[in-house]
Amino acid sequence: MIDAAVTIAEESTSRVALADASVELLRKLWDHYGPLMFHQSGGCCDGSSPMCYPAGDFITSDNDVLLGVFDIGDADDPRPIEFWMSREQFAYWSHTHLTVDVVAGRGSGFSVEAPEGVRFLIRSRLMETALPFA
Amino acid sequence: MTIYAAPGTPDAKVTFKPRYEHWIGGEWVKPIKGQYFEDITPVTGKPFAEVARGTAEDIDAALDAAHKAFPAWGKTTPTERAAVLNKIADVIDANLELLAVAETWDNGKPIREPLNADLPLASDHFRYFAAAIRAQDGNHAELDGDMVAYHFHEPLGVVGQIIPWNFPILMATWKLAPALAAGNTIVLKPAEQTPVSILVLIELIGDILPPGVLNIVNGFGIEAGKPLASSPRIRKIAFTGETTTGRLILQYASANIIPSTVELGGKSPNLFFADVADSNDAFYDKAQEGFTLFAFNQGEVCTCPSRALIQSTIYDSFLGDAIERTKKAVQGNPLDTDTQVGAQASNDQLEKILSYIDIGKQEGAKLTLGGSRVDLGGDLTDGYYVEPTIFEGNNSMRLFQEEIFGPVVAVTSFTDYDNAIALANDTLYGLGAGVWSRNGNVAYRAGRDIQAGRVWVNNYHAYPAGAAFGGYKSSGIGRENNKLALDHYQQTKNLLVSYSENALGFF
Repeated sequence: MIDAAVTIAEESTSRVALADASVELLRKLWDHYGPLMFHQSGGCCDGSSPMCYPAGDFITSDNDVLLGVFDIGDADDPRPIEFWMSREQFAYWSHTHLTVDVVAGRGSGFSVEAPEGVRFLIRSRLMETALPFA
Repeated sequence: MTIYAAPGTPDAKVTFKPRYEHWIGGEWVKPIKGQYFEDITPVTGKPFAEVARGTAEDIDAALDAAHKAFPAWGKTTPTERAAVLNKIADVIDANLELLAVAETWDNGKPIREPLNADLPLASDHFRYFAAAIRAQDGNHAELDGDMVAYHFHEPLGVVGQIIPWNFPILMATWKLAPALAAGNTIVLKPAEQTPVSILVLIELIGDILPPGVLNIVNGFGIEAGKPLASSPRIRKIAFTGETTTGRLILQYASANIIPSTVELGGKSPNLFFADVADSNDAFYDKAQEGFTLFAFNQGEVCTCPSRALIQSTIYDSFLGDAIERTKKAVQGNPLDTDTQVGAQASNDQLEKILSYIDIGKQEGAKLTLGGSRVDLGGDLTDGYYVEPTIFEGNNSMRLFQEEIFGPVVAVTSFTDYDNAIALANDTLYGLGAGVWSRNGNVAYRAGRDIQAGRVWVNNYHAYPAGAAFGGYKSSGIGRENNKLALDHYQQTKNLLVSYSENALGFF
C-alpha cells in the first residue's frame, strides 16, 4: 500500500492510496508507457472509475483538483503519479478517502490497463478529518 | 415462457464464429498486428469468441476505406440512402431472435429487452432517418431583390463513432442512422465488453452498404479508440461514455478543430408528487412501475432513474409499495423470456456496483432491499448478477451523486415543489428525469424547471426515434434521435448569389 503525498493546501491527511496490486500493475504500465497520471471519472458506463493515462495525455485545468501524488519508484528513480478529479466532482467526493485497487475486467475508456484484462477500481472509506470540503 | 438455447448448444438461434476480424472496406480483415482478445459473456462469465484487437494501423486502414468510399456515398441521393436504411431495418426485423440472442449473450441483458425494445427500436430508428433525410429540405432567403442566400445540407465526410456497451446494437444505431442518412462514411469502434453482436449484425447487412461506407474496428480504448478519436482524418467524433473520456475526446477534437458530440451519463431524478397516491388505480400502478424501472437493463442505462424523490406525505406508503413491487422482479437466466433482471455487463462493472453498495452503507444510507451479488447456480454461477437494491438516504451522499450503473436506487423525500426541484437539480448531471403527478400544471412546471435534456412526464424509459435525447450540464453536448440529430452530421453550405447586372460601386 502506498499513500499519496498530500497536495491540497492546509490539509495534512493523505486522500488517496494505491493497493499493492495497483502498485505492481502501475510499475509494469510505467515500463510500457512511461510516466503516468490518473483522472477520476464520473458519469455513465465506465464512470466513477479512475482513468490512467500517459502523463500529459489528459489536459487538467484550474477546474481540476490534484488530490495527491503517488511515488511508485524509489529514491534513485522516483516515479510520481498525480491523481486528479474535477473540482465540481470533488465537491461531492471530498469526505471520502479513495484507494485505487485492481479487479479482473474489461473496462472501456482509454485507460492504459484495459488491454491487460484488468481494471482499476476505487474503494472508498469515510474521512473523519475532512468533512465536508464543499 | 421460452428459454432460448445458449449459443454453442444444438438449437441455438445464433452460432458465433470462433474468431471475428475487423470489417473494413466491405470485407473481413485480420488485425495488422495479429492480436486478438476474448469476448466474455456476462451470462456465464466465460469467453465465447476471439475478437480482433485493433491498433492505430487498423484504424488507418479503416480510414483509408472510409475516405475512398466517401466521394461516391456523399453524392448518392437521399432516396438511395433512404432505401439502404430501410433495407437494414427489414433485415433487423427478419432476424429478430438471432440478433436478440446475440445481444443477450454479449451483454447479459434479459432477452425480453432486445426482443421487445432494443431491436424493434433499432429498425424503427433506421426507418425514421430514412424518412427524415428524404423529407429534409434546404432553405433559401431572398435578401433583397437581387440577392438570394441558398442553404444546402452537405455531409461532413468521414466520421468516427465510439459506442458504449449497455445497448450495443441500439446505441450503434443511434449514431449510424443519422450519419449514414446524411451521407457520411464511418469508422466505428464498439465497446470492448460487447464487440460481437454488432459484427453479427454486419454479417447480415454487410452487402447492403457499399464497401467502405461503414467500417468497424474493435479493440481497446488506448490502442484503437485514441488513434480514431485523435485522427486528423475524421471530420467529427461522436462518443457515449463517461466524463473523463468525454473530456479527452473533446481535447482531441479541439486539436483537430472538429465537432464532437458526447453523451456522458447522468444521475437522473424520478419525482413522485403526493397526488400520485390519491387513488389506488391504474395510474398509481404505472407510477409504481416507474419507480421499479431503476432495475431495467440492470440499471445500465445512462438515464437510469437512480434517484427516487418521493413527497414526504406519501413517502412511507409509496416506498413500501415500491419495495414490494421491486421484490417481484424476476432475476434469472437472461435467455428466459420471463426474466426481468439479467447480468451486469462485465466483472469490473459488478465490482464497481458492490463498491458503491459498500460506500452507501458506510455513509449511513439505509439498505432497504437487496445489496448483494446473486449466485444463480449451474452454468450461471460465475455470471455477473446483482440483486435489485434500494437505499434510503440523503442527496449529498455519493450514492445519490454518482451513476452506479447498476440496479441500485437511492431514495429520499421532498417537502414541497421548490424542495423537489432543488434536490432534482442538485447534481452535476442533466440527462434524464421523471416527473409523476396527476396535476398537469405541476407536471408541466416541474418538467420545465428540471435541468435535464429529457424529462419523462408520467412515464419513463421510452425511447422513440422522434424524441430528442441529450444532456444538460456535465451530461454532454449534442442531441441524438429526432431529425435534429442530422444537424450533428451535416455541414451548412451557403451559396450567396447575386442576380444583379450592376457593379457594387466600391471601386
